[in-house]
Amino acid sequence: MADHQQGVSSSGVAPEEDLSTTQTATVGQSRRLVDAFTRSRLIVVAVIATAVVLAYLRADSPVIATQAIVTGLLIGGVYGLVAMGLTLIFGVLDIVNFAHGAFLAVALFITWWLVSSMGFHPYLTMLATAPIMFALGYAVQRGILSGAMGKPLENQLLITLGISLVLENALLLFFGANPRAVALPGNQTVGVLGAVADLSRILAFVGALILAGLLFLVLQRTRLGTAIRAVAANDTGAQLVGIDTRRIYALTFAIGTACAGAAGTLVAPLVTVEPSTGALFNIVAFVVVVIGGMGNVVGALVGGLIIGLAEQLGTIFLPGQSPLLSVFIVFVLVLFLRPQGLFGRTS
Amino acid sequence: MTQTATTDRAASKPLPRKPWNRHLLAIAVLAVLMVPVPLLLPASQQSIAMRVLIFALMSVGWNIMSGFGGMFSFGHASYFGLGAYTSAWLLVESEVSPWIGMAAGVLVASVFAVVSGFLALRYRLKGAYFALATFAFAEMFRLLATNTDLVNRAEGYHVPLKVDESWWWMQFAPTSPNYFWIALALLIAALAISVLFLRSRTGQFALAVRDDQDAAAALGIPVIRYKLLTMALSAAITSVAGAFYVQYYLFIDPDLAFGSAVSIQAILPAVIGGVGTIWGPVLGAVILGPLSDMTATLLRNPPEFLAFLAGRGGLDVMIYGVLLIIIILVLPQGIYSAVRERWFRP
Amino acid sequence: MSILRVEGLTKRFRGVTAVDDVSFEVEEGSILGVIGPNGAGKTTVFNLIAGAVAPDAGRTFLEGAEITGKPPHAIAQAGMVRTFQLMRPFYSMSVLDNIAIAVLASRTGHRAPRDRAAEIVHTVGLDVWRDAPTEGLPTAALKRLELARALALQPKVLLLDEVLAGLVPSERAPVMDLLERLRREEGITMVFVEHIMAAVMRLSDSVLVLNLGKVLTAGTPEEVTKDPRVIEAYLGEEPTRADS
Repeated sequence: MADHQQGVSSSGVAPEEDLSTTQTATVGQSRRLVDAFTRSRLIVVAVIATAVVLAYLRADSPVIATQAIVTGLLIGGVYGLVAMGLTLIFGVLDIVNFAHGAFLAVALFITWWLVSSMGFHPYLTMLATAPIMFALGYAVQRGILSGAMGKPLENQLLITLGISLVLENALLLFFGANPRAVALPGNQTVGVLGAVADLSRILAFVGALILAGLLFLVLQRTRLGTAIRAVAANDTGAQLVGIDTRRIYALTFAIGTACAGAAGTLVAPLVTVEPSTGALFNIVAFVVVVIGGMGNVVGALVGGLIIGLAEQLGTIFLPGQSPLLSVFIVFVLVLFLRPQGLFGRTS
Repeated sequence: MTQTATTDRAASKPLPRKPWNRHLLAIAVLAVLMVPVPLLLPASQQSIAMRVLIFALMSVGWNIMSGFGGMFSFGHASYFGLGAYTSAWLLVESEVSPWIGMAAGVLVASVFAVVSGFLALRYRLKGAYFALATFAFAEMFRLLATNTDLVNRAEGYHVPLKVDESWWWMQFAPTSPNYFWIALALLIAALAISVLFLRSRTGQFALAVRDDQDAAAALGIPVIRYKLLTMALSAAITSVAGAFYVQYYLFIDPDLAFGSAVSIQAILPAVIGGVGTIWGPVLGAVILGPLSDMTATLLRNPPEFLAFLAGRGGLDVMIYGVLLIIIILVLPQGIYSAVRERWFRP
Repeated sequence: MSILRVEGLTKRFRGVTAVDDVSFEVEEGSILGVIGPNGAGKTTVFNLIAGAVAPDAGRTFLEGAEITGKPPHAIAQAGMVRTFQLMRPFYSMSVLDNIAIAVLASRTGHRAPRDRAAEIVHTVGLDVWRDAPTEGLPTAALKRLELARALALQPKVLLLDEVLAGLVPSERAPVMDLLERLRREEGITMVFVEHIMAAVMRLSDSVLVLNLGKVLTAGTPEEVTKDPRVIEAYLGEEPTRADS
């Protein structure tokens, strides 16, 4: 009888192929476990494939289905980037950061402001938003959240909720509720695999993947990344080998927030710039993180793609309903049936 | 372990008395003191008083499940909204009295609480996962309501105005004290129910289950049953707040019913006042209720250097956020508990 | 007549067999000591028969009725109550109220539960701590509280998981006296897991030895402690010429 989880599991920021949880397993038994692992992946692939096929059958025309798939995957890349930041924070600090979306909204507004007041090219603003959000995240963690580390989860949820309320409403207060837009110069519709997509959407996707890859490189190839992974796996152990965990916590939170910030800049041309946009991405990020497995960075990226897909396919299966509804349906199903996520380890 | 003499002395110590009667007395006193309030308050303050009462009622409801029951809910808007929409729908579509609508709302919300709670418990959702699941349900209701014709989609419902004041239809002149008295009566009832709940076997078991679920089970307590009872009670009280809300503000739509702001409004007073205490939610509501009006007044005529903020919204919620952060960092058990510990030894 | 009968209990966790085909019987009113080196599966056996964990194979019978796979609260209500190795008090309540909860949960204790709880406080010797919050209580008191709560349910069988662990010798003797008195006066059957050999020797009518999840042997305390296999299990290999 597998014990699903005790609250939030602190699975490390590690590649999924970690079978170190078995103890005196024989080779035969470990082969059985590997099968269980690949079996779950195959099930996921099978479910997705079935959904895609059903979409084609259900849609009024195959073009619609293809369009949904393309749109879904493109936005899914950005979801993945946002979720990667959130899951990183979770894996290392064990904090359920409800303010993640609010940080994205802040970056969104910084982008808008730089574009509309200073005439910058939207993507150029990332040179500003990423560092600013990094610094903001660092300050928030050092200043506020360090006092909440190790506290019961409800406290963390509430503090980060408080931070999100402050940030979002500060935006509301200073910028007002009027929805705004950021235009991408040279935006055009491009054909992709038989469907169409805005250039801004494609660029957002590409940008997200590049940044995700960069993050992955940092985690796997740099000393900082190794330190981060060490703290995620075992913070006491990391301290014992001389890692300054406080610094790592702050840096990780900063990196995670910077991911949200970068994503904010990337999506600026795609979404309405208003304070509540952050809340939307926040919800999706949480769903993706749960689906990908809390703390699992690669899972977050793949989960993002899956959710993007689910959202758009949902418009085919549930016409007239909000695409967000299908996201939640998937969320609830995963929460109940496989809360460790599609790729997380069965603890 | 102890000498016979000390043991005898210790054994003959009278049992400490439980505070239930004290609380009930305090509730009665509060009721009596509050009755003349609407007659004394200027009309401009009426809405604040109403907001305080509704916040308090919602939060008392939330506190039952999340404070006494230990099951942190991030989606209490589900119950609030179900109460609101059930009574609104029955009123508008079938001309049913809001009192009956309120009872129907209680039924719908409780059933939903038991069903969703059972699923959550059966699938062993705990902690963050449980909280996120409650949040997801509330959001799903909101999205469904926004897009479903059955409940008027995003338009929501306007309560049809009656010409004359009527208790049956729960409609009075906008500044009528009757609204206040009804809300007060509901809050008093909710507080009394809280006390009776805690005093009862059900409540005691709920606390034990909260403190240590496995130990409670090992002592013969059917954990799931008592958790579900707690959830149902919590949902019932919160749904009443929802049904009343519709009658007072005469309007409901998916965001007002199921939005995350509602869930936050249920949580905040209890957290600030003291989670898991009887009076915490009330104290928190008294602190937070006037905040919106105060900030709105401030922003109507802001000082020079803040002139650009004139007429903007959001300051009140910002302050909620700041308060929340400060309380969690400094007084995580809430103001009421902190005061109680310092001044009244248990 | 055996009040508790366990047949072929088996439990596997992810490739490790924690409990392997364990069977034993306990006579009514007797005391069974369960010993074995760390990791032998003792607490898992408790978890299995108390219903906290479902077995992969095997059956458990209480007073002849099968209780395999029943949830913990049902087994407790049926008359078999367990204590926990790591004490689990209800942290928001006083000692008295902790016990009162158990009284409330028992089949008969609904009238004046706090009075009944006060009696139990006296029986186990917790009078000094009666109204104290459980936070900050010394281990000895917490252990007694575990016992008191279990007793409040008027159990027929008590499963005691290392009830003496963490106690200094002077604290152990009164607990052992208490257990003997309970068996003598109330006729409670007991199964207890213990590492302290003196307690096992003194209290047990019979002893069950577990090792690596299997039953190594069973018998009277004298038989078991002289069994070379038991010695080997605890100490490892036979002493070499250099050590002996």
